[in-house]
Amino acid sequence: MQDPAPIGLSLPQLAASRCNLCWRGRRSSSFTIKPGLQTLMTLAIKEHEQHERLEKLKTLFGLPVNKAKLTSQRTRLKNQNGFHLCRLGREVYTFVSTSRMSGSLLNMFSKGTKRKFSDGDEEISDESLVGARVASSYSLQRQSLLDMSLIKLQLCHMLVEPNLCRSVLIANTVRQIQEEMTHDGSWHMVAEAFCSAGQSPSERLVATEVLCRSREQDAEPKLFSVISYEGCREEEVVADETLCSVSVSDTVSNVCLAGRIGQCWEKSELSGVERDEEALEDSRLGSGEDEEIDTKDRASTESPKTIGQVFGTFEIKNGSPGPDSALEELFSDVDTSYYDLDTMLTGMQSAPKMGPYDILDSLAPSHSSPSIVSTPNCRSDLNELDHIMEIIVGS
Amino acid sequence: LQDETSILDLNNAYLMKYVADIISTVEFNYSGELLATGDKGGRVVIFQREQESKNRLLSRGEYNVYSTFQSHEPEFDYLKSLEIEEKINKIRWLPQQNAAHFLLSANDKTIKLWKISERDKRAEGYNLKDEDGRLRDPFRITTLRVPVLMPMDLMVEASPRRIFANAHTYHINSISVNSDYETYISADDLRINLWHLEITDRSFNIVDIKPANMEELTEVITAAECHPHQCNVFVYSSSKGTIRLCDMRAAALCDRHSKFFEEPEDPSSRSFFSEIISSISDVKFSHSGRYMMTRDYLSVKVWDLNMENRPVETYQVHEYLRSKLCSLYENDCIFDKFECCWNGSDSAIMTGSYNNFFRMFDRNTRRDITLEASRENSKPRAMLKPRKVCTGGKRKKDEISVDSLDFNKKILHTAWHPKENVIAVAATNNLYIFQDKIN
Repeated sequence: MQDPAPIGLSLPQLAASRCNLCWRGRRSSSFTIKPGLQTLMTLAIKEHEQHERLEKLKTLFGLPVNKAKLTSQRTRLKNQNGFHLCRLGREVYTFVSTSRMSGSLLNMFSKGTKRKFSDGDEEISDESLVGARVASSYSLQRQSLLDMSLIKLQLCHMLVEPNLCRSVLIANTVRQIQEEMTHDGSWHMVAEAFCSAGQSPSERLVATEVLCRSREQDAEPKLFSVISYEGCREEEVVADETLCSVSVSDTVSNVCLAGRIGQCWEKSELSGVERDEEALEDSRLGSGEDEEIDTKDRASTESPKTIGQVFGTFEIKNGSPGPDSALEELFSDVDTSYYDLDTMLTGMQSAPKMGPYDILDSLAPSHSSPSIVSTPNCRSDLNELDHIMEIIVGS
Repeated sequence: LQDETSILDLNNAYLMKYVADIISTVEFNYSGELLATGDKGGRVVIFQREQESKNRLLSRGEYNVYSTFQSHEPEFDYLKSLEIEEKINKIRWLPQQNAAHFLLSANDKTIKLWKISERDKRAEGYNLKDEDGRLRDPFRITTLRVPVLMPMDLMVEASPRRIFANAHTYHINSISVNSDYETYISADDLRINLWHLEITDRSFNIVDIKPANMEELTEVITAAECHPHQCNVFVYSSSKGTIRLCDMRAAALCDRHSKFFEEPEDPSSRSFFSEIISSISDVKFSHSGRYMMTRDYLSVKVWDLNMENRPVETYQVHEYLRSKLCSLYENDCIFDKFECCWNGSDSAIMTGSYNNFFRMFDRNTRRDITLEASRENSKPRAMLKPRKVCTGGKRKKDEISVDSLDFNKKILHTAWHPKENVIAVAATNNLYIFQDKIN
């Protein structure tokens, strides 16, 4: 089923409501939109790719190949949170949601091409088709507009001198959409799903701030942001009881609007790039020490927020949360230290001696990681790769 | 088409291409003899009109480069670790009071007063130094002589006379010289300051819309201008499509407006982009001082200062873009700030659009015309052909369809000679000057 065409969107195309994930190819110039989830998936993808490469090399040299592992990985990714891993091009992957509602429009960036995938297992009856189409079309458009706006806001924080007028206008648009979604009740659903998903104890990304925007406290959904973006760390970050954690989900993939909008204005006034980096540094160290983060205090005392914090991240909700073990298993053997948002951002901001994707690529075994995550599998693979390279090079 | 006569029979057009940098502001001086342009590299280029010569067939003089100088340099704010762009945001001329010309040029943070003066004579015959400047041996001097002024090649010098700095936390978007010719206002996103031209270490803040809690910020100042005759009146526009007129006699801080201009929103055309396209990018008083004109994304509105609840005239600039707002939002074109200008008699207004099109509206006859600033059109004596954008259905010959418009070619800055039918149009890094037809 062909999805209703989004309103004239060209690159970067934004997905419809249900699956909003894209993987930026190495050479493309667009941005992914969900740093939190992206990193999770990035790790998985990278690991998968690495294994694939390794297996290919092995085949070249007639070494035994661990096919089982590849397949299991692929399956794992496939089933994880209801996304299918689809390979569209070299180093470009997309995730297609299996959600019925959306009809799974998705986006990706692969040298400027855009594609739409429609999910195979849709069964929408004819009668409700038209109605559902219209309604979902509007909500799709609204959702994609929201996503786009949030990207723009994030991007503008990465600029040296954000244009205040533009930022204000985009933020107002975001507020407007959010209000309408609240009014619709669709935001309420998100909040519920969010809170229910928060029961799972595996808290990779911890929301550390609650934004309450308006007067209606009860109906008002809590908006979460990630103050300190940690990537995937094995050590748990203890969070406040009232806060929900982020977990990956598939049925309701909505964007949770984050953070304090005011932070981005403050940035232009108070903070500079260096301060941001410092703050990120601090936050990373802070959570590494397993401190309990009292977010409310944090929110009030920390005035210049880091780039990663403002309009933090987007979360995709998981209707059928996989067991924690699956999550752990998936990510346990991936070295996460390279994929921290701050590294990426630092890489982007400084004249790229090493761009973010170079960092991702440079999984050099010599790179000593401060991460506490033990990555036995990864390391061994790297060692194997190294070994093979040594053979090739003959050194 | 013969029946579509242009408002101005512009046919004497020429293209001034002088520098690779993107032009960021264009302004005629009070007499129209000089035309100043500022660019993204912080340079100011001033053009001067040639004296009309009776011998030549062209009765109107052409504009040639008169002076070029570097007004602003890129700076680095060490406290905030932010770079300050040297791009000239606005140039405003001061009325001429002596042989020299004065103008104000502003980048994001600093305003400078420049004096442009001519030197066409040189003193020769000094006693103490040779012609090449070397000091003469005093013992060799046997006679005294009086230096004589000899003519020399015209040299135009620009020197900064005042530097008004450190008064703006946010980016300056407008400056406007007051009618008393002693003060001027400068506006950034959240504040407006009043300066005296002679005093650089102090300015008065007269408007401050910064909320105590920046999270509550929903509106910024987008443009400000002083009234052309009443030195106590000024207006400022906002990103929400409102204009506030303030009287400086009422209070020292003009946070409370005297008049509030806003057109009620049409509920039928409400969309998520309504607020963005209602944001006013430019506000200009008419020369008479009775009207003001505002430019928002899709239209130009003329307001009577005595009527606050709606404009008296609305002109659609490129209504065909209304269905493309989402794409324009995505590629950020929706945030483009177009300027607008009046002609000398306030009978016509002009503003820019995309694809190097610019539009002129005749207020009396209600006719409008779309013209293109391009190389093909800028041959001298070539009549400018009106352009038309077709919105749908069959495309007639010579029409351009909306989808083939080039959104990178935008005309944001235009200026109209204060007395004659001469217009200056800045198309990215080219400056086009169009003049009226000769009889």
